[in-house]
Amino acid sequence: MSLIEIKNLFKTYESGEEKVCALVDVGVRIGRGEFISVMGPSGSGKSTLLTILGGLNHPTAGEVVVDDISIYQLPLERLADFRREYLGFIFQSFQLIPYLTVIENVMLPLSITERSNREQARMAGEILERTGLKGKERRLPDQLSGGEQERVAIARALVNAPPILLADEPTGNLDTRTGKEIMELFKSLNAEGQTIIMVTHNPENAVFSSRTISLRDGRVDGN
Amino acid sequence: MKLKDISINNLRRRKGKVFFLILGLTIGITTVISLISISRLMNEDIANKLDEYGANILVLPRSDDLSLSYGGMSIGGVSLDARTLNDSDIPKIREIEVRENINIVSPKFVGVVEIEGKKIPLMGVQFQEEGRLKKWWKIHGALPKNRDEALLGNEVAVRLFKSTNDHLTINGRKVRISGILEETGSQDDFLIYADLSFVQEALNKPKAVSLIEVSAYCNTCPIEEIVDQISKKLPHAKVTAIKQTLQTKMEALDHFKKFSIGISVIVLLIGALIVFTNMMASVNERKREIGIFRAIGFRKSHIMRIIFLEALIVGLIAGVTGYLLGLGISHFIGPMALGMKSVRWVIDPSLAIGAIFLSTLIGVLSSVYPALHASKMDPTEALRAL
Repeated sequence: MSLIEIKNLFKTYESGEEKVCALVDVGVRIGRGEFISVMGPSGSGKSTLLTILGGLNHPTAGEVVVDDISIYQLPLERLADFRREYLGFIFQSFQLIPYLTVIENVMLPLSITERSNREQARMAGEILERTGLKGKERRLPDQLSGGEQERVAIARALVNAPPILLADEPTGNLDTRTGKEIMELFKSLNAEGQTIIMVTHNPENAVFSSRTISLRDGRVDGN
Repeated sequence: MKLKDISINNLRRRKGKVFFLILGLTIGITTVISLISISRLMNEDIANKLDEYGANILVLPRSDDLSLSYGGMSIGGVSLDARTLNDSDIPKIREIEVRENINIVSPKFVGVVEIEGKKIPLMGVQFQEEGRLKKWWKIHGALPKNRDEALLGNEVAVRLFKSTNDHLTINGRKVRISGILEETGSQDDFLIYADLSFVQEALNKPKAVSLIEVSAYCNTCPIEEIVDQISKKLPHAKVTAIKQTLQTKMEALDHFKKFSIGISVIVLLIGALIVFTNMMASVNERKREIGIFRAIGFRKSHIMRIIFLEALIVGLIAGVTGYLLGLGISHFIGPMALGMKSVRWVIDPSLAIGAIFLSTLIGVLSSVYPALHASKMDPTEALRAL
């Protein structure tokens, strides 16, 4: 049984008179432990697909089923809970909270759980060690290099051990060498069983993944 | 980490803007507290003056004669009128319904005596009551304690060449002068004071009373009501309230209170507006951040809690500083405005709690819309970079 099932997904944006079809009849199944690259030129609908997968963007038609839950049939507040329990987000350009330290940024998803401060710090400490940031817990994001910031973003996405990791151009703001390091980290996470869905337009990144979904003009080109 | 840590850290980051936010609310609270404190000082000032004023109710025999006056020489002839009050009327005053408002009841009997060829008004009083009524009296010597002692008004002592411990003969009765009043500038200077029963006897009018002065507390009960109740108990007497200048002072205070409320409402509205615009700006500035929170799995209610916590913290700080500033301002401006020499520092816990509560309430209420607005932000729009 697949972890994620996307059925007949349509997304249409309306801007004034104009209708833009971002996704047209997309159907995808993703199994547990897969590392998927979503590729396609800009405007192909890959970012839209990621936000819909991320429970942030209601589709015009179709269904997204994760772990037997049809997520867009959930009430809005329950959908937020779903994001917290199932998803780890890695945004383009890191999106760290500037006034929170590294460890506080990582603890962010835990701050709305019942976990004690001590427990939160333990979990954040573990994942920071795993992402190679030990010793930088008390720094603010602007005191870190781009690669380090990306690692904080990854740590934040993984801290509550979500079944699915969603990444949007994770190497987009990094130099080639750092980008490669991040990809290595993704690969080793995937080797430990982490399901990863990554949007990228860089074919070099795609080689790390186990499968590539190509989008063109809102349709699945082949997989 | 908890939600409150996010709020606190955000406030710390935006120190400059938060400072003005707190300042806006603080000014409002300061104004309210200053005005309340000043009007309280004024009230206290007036209450003190009321106390000093002595009697505020006068009980006289019901008489058609208009010339009856308490003071000077004119009183003599009238007080000898047949229809006087009576000793038995005195306790009745303390039997009215609002008797707990009655402070002092001081009966008096006035007549004229001839001493060493001079006509001098003689006033019989109960010295215990009279002494309490006329707190401003300064006496060389002491208040009379026995029936054969008298107290002389300053002017009388001068005219008779008498000083403390000298003796006087009143209608054949010898009395010792226990004390002489310092000049009061009032009719008291022209009177000889002696014990009520002694004067009644000396003037051959046993049990007769010319007038009764009453001092009542009027804070809890309007003076008209006390007057009304005494009138019912003493139907043969004419009971009047002494109001005059105090009345106008009270009216002035009332106007000041209304003015204060008006100013307070305006200043607080401005404070609320400052909080509102500042919070709105803050929320719009943090669109992206709120988008991240939402994407991570924060509920709308979590976002609102962050905003409300910030408003709460700002409100608390503004409440405390506003109260302290208001207290300080009223302390320095109050005496200037009222011509008082110095004012005690009074920390009123209920006023302090009220200030903090009001400040927090305004902070939170003005943040309702910004918080709702924040919680409704579309996370995909906030994370446009996705």
